[in-house]
Amino acid sequence: MTEAVVIGVGLHPFGRFPGKPALDMGADAVRLALADAGVDWPQVQGGYIGSYEVANPDAIVGRLGLTGIPLRGVFNGCATAGTAVALAARAIETGEHDLTIAIGLDKHPRGAFAADPSVAGIPSWYGQTGLFLTTHFFGMKINRYMHDHGISHETLARVASKNFRNAAGNEKAWRRTPLSPEEILASPVLNHPLRQFMYCGPNEGAAALVLCRADQAHKYTATPVRIRATALRSRRLGAFEVQSPSFPVGEPVASPTVDASREAYERAGIGPEDVDVAQLQDTDAGSEIIHMAENGLCKDGEQERLVAEGATEIGGRLPVNTDGGLLGNGEPIGASGLRQIHEIVLQLRGAAGSRQIPGTPRVGYTHLYGAPGASAVTILST
Amino acid sequence: MTTTQPVAEGLFTWPPTGSAPLRLIGSECTACGLVSFPASPDCVRCASTESKERLLSDRGTLWTYTTQNFRPPSPPYDGPRAFEPYSVGYVELPELLVEARLTEPDPEKLRIGQHMLLTLVPYTVRDDGTEVVTFAFAPAEDPAESEQETP
Repeated sequence: MTEAVVIGVGLHPFGRFPGKPALDMGADAVRLALADAGVDWPQVQGGYIGSYEVANPDAIVGRLGLTGIPLRGVFNGCATAGTAVALAARAIETGEHDLTIAIGLDKHPRGAFAADPSVAGIPSWYGQTGLFLTTHFFGMKINRYMHDHGISHETLARVASKNFRNAAGNEKAWRRTPLSPEEILASPVLNHPLRQFMYCGPNEGAAALVLCRADQAHKYTATPVRIRATALRSRRLGAFEVQSPSFPVGEPVASPTVDASREAYERAGIGPEDVDVAQLQDTDAGSEIIHMAENGLCKDGEQERLVAEGATEIGGRLPVNTDGGLLGNGEPIGASGLRQIHEIVLQLRGAAGSRQIPGTPRVGYTHLYGAPGASAVTILST
Repeated sequence: MTTTQPVAEGLFTWPPTGSAPLRLIGSECTACGLVSFPASPDCVRCASTESKERLLSDRGTLWTYTTQNFRPPSPPYDGPRAFEPYSVGYVELPELLVEARLTEPDPEKLRIGQHMLLTLVPYTVRDDGTEVVTFAFAPAEDPAESEQETP
């Protein structure tokens, strides 16, 4: 099977851009990715594009050039970008195309996602009575996790502080003001035990990747980044998942993150011990802590010590969310996962500037999780 | 005259009486026995589309919880405009774990593993004065408090 490699990455800054349409942000990201790859738009043979707010993201061809290529729209909530890159890679692996593109763009208003529960197949009373808030799930999951595995409030604050500090060194990040753990612990509680500065916010941005056949990569770049595995999994019966009015009693069932992670490691022939840098879904500080274990990067409860030791800092032995993650960048959900891969590609190229991790990183890992219980993992390597 | 209505039909026994006390109304798959709440004809274990009503136990233990410290976006939330923080949690019943509002808003007074009892709370009042009730769980150590809970 032919392998797909990333030869170009492009990122429109994440933040708020009044008056700038999402499609224009997407077009900017695509042009950056094409320039990075040394490719012109007419060379792109097909692609996948994801968005929540834009009903016809494929209309971006009206900005880029009407070449007639198949540009397919995809959506899997917060895991949307994982689907876009997976299918763009698959088109190369199966021989359908030699050169493809994965694009994500979004433009969420403040307070986005205040939908009726019917969008998730749940009756109206769930929303009327104030239960239909995804933030409840994150508060309840980390509350239980702290109880079971001895994670402290201070560790939550240290994780958030790290991500804002990393964002401060990233000119394309949104929340670039460093916050100390003490300042974070002084912010108001939104959903016990999570506080205002422990949550990411929905915002705006776009990202794009150009992919080609590994055996043709030399025509474009000396530093291709291999897509070793992609996986998308949905929740299984018995897992504790977002937007669930109930779930069965009995033995705990693993989250879709665990399932996607195991599948991706197996496909890649790479283990968690090989990962040099990881971008994990930090919807909130607790999520990053839980996702470290769910992605196999540590055991449950080890996070307390690892975070205290600085292991997940840029200079640590397992850097996590080196570009600031969702906490520092916000979450335009169509683009969020491609932003993660953009960061991994820069790190594996050794081109991440002031936030470059030391040594010669070879393996990068990205992870997405969101409603209604879906997770996507992508493993990349030099 | 103040009238009281349930937030939805078929969610819990209404009105609760001595012979038909307050219970959540779930369903049981007639093929594999999986219990669901709210009641659903579709079984997510065996994919059967046949089910029968199953009333759930009114007692359980608190599995996890959180608080809601800001007024949720409205719609879909239709609680009072003057917002009072509330808490929510999952209560482990013998049949399943159910998500519900909790009568105790203070997280310092909640504890994973504590006993909980099903109750009703008037979570909002309509413009015409109709009180709307939904189900909730109250800490069972202090049953007197759970009887008189107000939003």
